[in-house]
Amino acid sequence: MPLLELRGVTKYFGTAPKLVHAVEDVSFTVERGEVVGLVGESGSGKSTLGRLALRLLDLTSGSVRLNGESIEHLGQRALRPLRRNAQMVFQDPYASLNPRLRVASIIGEALDAHGLAQGKARQARIAELLELVGLQADHADRYPHEFSGGQRQRIGIARALAVEPQLIIADEPVSALDVSVQAQILNLLQDLRYRLGVAMLFISHDLDVIELICDRIVVLYLGRVMEIGTAEQICRNPQHPYTQALLAASPKPDPDRPRTRRLLQGDIPSPLSPPSGCVFRTRCPLATAECAGAVPPMRDLEGGHAVACIHDSRSIDWGGMLQNRKNDRVPPC
Amino acid sequence: MMETSVQERPLLDIRGLEVTFRTEGGDVVPVRGVDLRVEAGKTTALVGESGSGKSVTSLAIMGLLPRPYGRVSKGVAEFRRRSGAVVDLASAGQGVVRALRGNEIAMIFQEPMTSLNPVMTVGEQIAEQVRLHMALAPQAAMRHAVEMLSLVEIPDAARRAGDYPHQMSGGMRQRVMIALAMSCNPRLLIADEPTTALDVTIQAQILDLIERLRKEHSMGVLFITHNLAVVAEIADTVTVMYAGEVVEKANVRDIFHNSRHPYTAALVDCLPERARRDSNGRRIVAAIPGSVTSAAEATGCRFAPRCQRAVEACEAGSPELLVAGTGHEVRCFRWSEA
Repeated sequence: MPLLELRGVTKYFGTAPKLVHAVEDVSFTVERGEVVGLVGESGSGKSTLGRLALRLLDLTSGSVRLNGESIEHLGQRALRPLRRNAQMVFQDPYASLNPRLRVASIIGEALDAHGLAQGKARQARIAELLELVGLQADHADRYPHEFSGGQRQRIGIARALAVEPQLIIADEPVSALDVSVQAQILNLLQDLRYRLGVAMLFISHDLDVIELICDRIVVLYLGRVMEIGTAEQICRNPQHPYTQALLAASPKPDPDRPRTRRLLQGDIPSPLSPPSGCVFRTRCPLATAECAGAVPPMRDLEGGHAVACIHDSRSIDWGGMLQNRKNDRVPPC
Repeated sequence: MMETSVQERPLLDIRGLEVTFRTEGGDVVPVRGVDLRVEAGKTTALVGESGSGKSVTSLAIMGLLPRPYGRVSKGVAEFRRRSGAVVDLASAGQGVVRALRGNEIAMIFQEPMTSLNPVMTVGEQIAEQVRLHMALAPQAAMRHAVEMLSLVEIPDAARRAGDYPHQMSGGMRQRVMIALAMSCNPRLLIADEPTTALDVTIQAQILDLIERLRKEHSMGVLFITHNLAVVAEIADTVTVMYAGEVVEKANVRDIFHNSRHPYTAALVDCLPERARRDSNGRRIVAAIPGSVTSAAEATGCRFAPRCQRAVEACEAGSPELLVAGTGHEVRCFRWSEA
């Protein structure tokens, strides 16, 4: 039984005719101890999906199961004990911590909400959590403004870990940080996963970060899944034209890479009126009349790799930008 | 003779630039010892993390330091004009710099929405600018505006000229900003994080556009960014800043393959693409421990507290920019050991 299972998850905002199709018919699972990445550009629905998975938002249709238990119809009271199993880490470490509370209270609130570590044990548990994320026990008496961005993100992670969750949903947790600090947090998250076995749904627009930290990747575009596979399958052998475009467009720190790019033309369409059929067809180099007709079903390839495209994307010439990627495998230390 | 010497000078030549802010607690020097060159038709990337002083440097070049608190306290920023005359932007009066801005020197910023007027159509905004700088009649100015929108590859430019900024996507707004910048055919384009707020597929389009315009107009570009991967894609030469100082200057290949400053090397190494697998199979990124020292606190080398190679001498005195090769300068006592 998967830890988290989304099936046919759909979310619309607003009412017709101004209906925003934020997430449409998304299905995937997160297994125990697994790190799954949600990658996509703005408007892809990745943050909305993260919130739907925790029922911070209500679903329009579809189902979300946590440990096999359906949570889409539960009321707030019934949800509370389940939330102990799944916690959230947010993007902006400046906005997601209450500036009026000391760190001890920020982390302590999470403990109190679930009746954990009361009395003398509380202070010890807070100190333990701070050390777990690379801070010091005496940081508990300080306020958020006394910390740098990276340290605040560590506090946010300690708060999420306080209730010993099985799943952490991390929404762009390193996007607001400088690269040198981003590296510290990425290492911390991998370390925590290794030591605590916590599963993660890791949301990011940055494919390089996603590739680094995730076992499997779900590629989203305009609220729909384009491709699902292992990090290796998605980044080394992408089968959807959009995944390929995303990889070809993301800049690489290699001055010898060819600078002539074959680019994806145009903008992401408005989620108010997504294109019929395949939502990517308006920018796709392979688009045919058939693509406008019906939404392409997920087509299973080998080893759990699946793609929502009716064409054979191997014919697209990305000007060497994908070949270049295949060669730079992660070397050992 | 005169002609050749003018030809050899860079478009923008900054030497020993220092900026001072007057505050209630005394003078603060957020930026010092900045050496930077932009050649005509080439791209220089100015790279740094937050607090490195890259934005203050760009404001100083453009004469946009907040008055009366901020001023250039040392150094020169020589700009070679279209006429061949050389102006020191650091000491020239506000009027001189203002006349150059939006004319021979143009700027684009990270968030086009805050730089565009929300209650004017984009066509009117470009037309207003060309009327001011090129003394064109209103109709001719509007025709020029539409040409500029086509130049930056906005489809159906004549119609889109009638759009307000809020009717456009982020990528389209950045194209409008570039059209506005290009409308007076500048010699130098200062681009301050122009693609940071954009999605990668749109970022690639904008980088391509800037590259095309640079080549077609032999324009010098000063590209300010925190993103080293973007630097690798567009820069000819790179200037790296840390805690208010330039720490290394080199051509783009040397920065990635032959860097001499420990900070530059560490910055390249901490990219996810450079991760290494440890014995447990975890992909570890080489993070730089600690965080940036504030410019005010530093005594010796500003990177010393985070540097793997720091020795006592590094804490005691500040290194100067030293020549490490052709076009390669580095602010480190121990650069030759790298």
